[in-house]
Amino acid sequence: MFRLHRHGIASLAFIGLLFFSFLVPAQAIAGEVMVAVASNFTAPMKDIAARFQQHSGHTLIMAFGSSGKFTAQIHNGAPFEVFLSADQVKPEALIRAGFASADSRFTYALGRLALWTTTPDVDVCAQLHSGQFRKLALANPRLAPYGTAAQQTLAALALTDSVATRQVMGENIAQTWQFVSSGNAQLGFVALSQVMSGGHINNGSAWIVPDNLYQPIRQDAVLLKKGEPNPAARAFLAFLQSAEVTELIRGYGYHRE
Amino acid sequence: MLLTAADWQAVWLTLKLATLVTMLLLLIGTPLAWWLARTRSVWRGPVSALVALPLVLPPTVLGFYLLLALGPNGPLGQLMQTLGLGLLPFSFSGLVLASLLYSLPFVVQPVQNAIEAMGERPLEVAATLGAGPWDRFFTVVLPQAKPGLLTAAVLGFAHTVGEFGVVLMIGGNIPGETRVISVQIYDHVEALSYAQAHSLSLMMLLFSFVVLLLMYSLNRHSRLNFSLSRP
Repeated sequence: MFRLHRHGIASLAFIGLLFFSFLVPAQAIAGEVMVAVASNFTAPMKDIAARFQQHSGHTLIMAFGSSGKFTAQIHNGAPFEVFLSADQVKPEALIRAGFASADSRFTYALGRLALWTTTPDVDVCAQLHSGQFRKLALANPRLAPYGTAAQQTLAALALTDSVATRQVMGENIAQTWQFVSSGNAQLGFVALSQVMSGGHINNGSAWIVPDNLYQPIRQDAVLLKKGEPNPAARAFLAFLQSAEVTELIRGYGYHRE
Repeated sequence: MLLTAADWQAVWLTLKLATLVTMLLLLIGTPLAWWLARTRSVWRGPVSALVALPLVLPPTVLGFYLLLALGPNGPLGQLMQTLGLGLLPFSFSGLVLASLLYSLPFVVQPVQNAIEAMGERPLEVAATLGAGPWDRFFTVVLPQAKPGLLTAAVLGFAHTVGEFGVVLMIGGNIPGETRVISVQIYDHVEALSYAQAHSLSLMMLLFSFVVLLLMYSLNRHSRLNFSLSRP
């Protein structure tokens, strides 16, 4: 009899709690943020998302892809709330078109370029100069800032003409990485973050291209109009600028201003 | 129309690829369809399934595995190197091979359907009149299967023109070599040059429409066999 009574109170409390949870807006307890992320930032982003959830209780729903595709999707009603672009041009364009708020834009990472091969213990820079390779992969300069940086590097090294017939272009930096990792291209200009974690090159050999050979790759983040009413979206952008994230991003080979 | 020199180069390359692939597919696909339509072998099922696989596999997945298989570490790539033939990814020949696989069911199935629809009777009659197997194939089967062959050619051509995912994976976007129309349009879209993307897309759309319209008008009297059967 007594047990039954206690059980009754427990279920009543449970039902009450359930009812209460419907009354309180979900975001006040644990929010969700839809984030569109440039594919070069995939690895650090997953790490950041886990930490952000631990800190704030908010969950990040992430889509990884090319910045150009995301821009077109946002123009056409995609439900993203925050956009981490691979460049500055696309967030700017979104602000001008009224899809993002101007005051929220900041550079979350400075991308760095690496010349990479899957063969271990190789002087990759020397291999580029000697021309001992069949194909050199780089991202399409028209689409990817890392491709533009690769082009600038080749020009600075006066190698543009000698590699012209041997270069293959990935539509983005992820595809460029695939061309090299499958062995179809012996060398490739990739994002340092794709081959580095915890401050070390994790596969093959890489030459970290000196910063003075190419224009800095500024990657901007922006709060989209759809994310403005969501406090979790603002909380995430603040977290992205924290010292903890700065440290983490460096381990993946990015600079930070 | 504001098509650039690079756009025209992509158009020309695509036409070259689709024409070559269609001709090769008719050469390879017709005997294969003939065999599939007539055989009682236990291999009929597995071979039909293999031929139809590209209908099911996402093109980027097909392209990815071709990139691995044809690469220097892949079995086919190593065979090519042993034979001294050079590697296929990032070359026009590579696109031809990938397109052959990718468009195979679109050629084999209409021809197979046409031959099956024809039945045994015309062949038996020809045989009693003393026609040998080759004679029967060229003077009975091919003319009877003409609508099916035409359908196969149109579908094979159109499907190759529209190819995208496979090229993206094993093409490497090399101007004049592997940068076909679909990749060029995608580049325009990604670079936010929507006007150029629209012009090229419109041209491709009109071209496809005209080709299909021509085929349908030419084939008005013989019924087009447009059904694709999945195993």
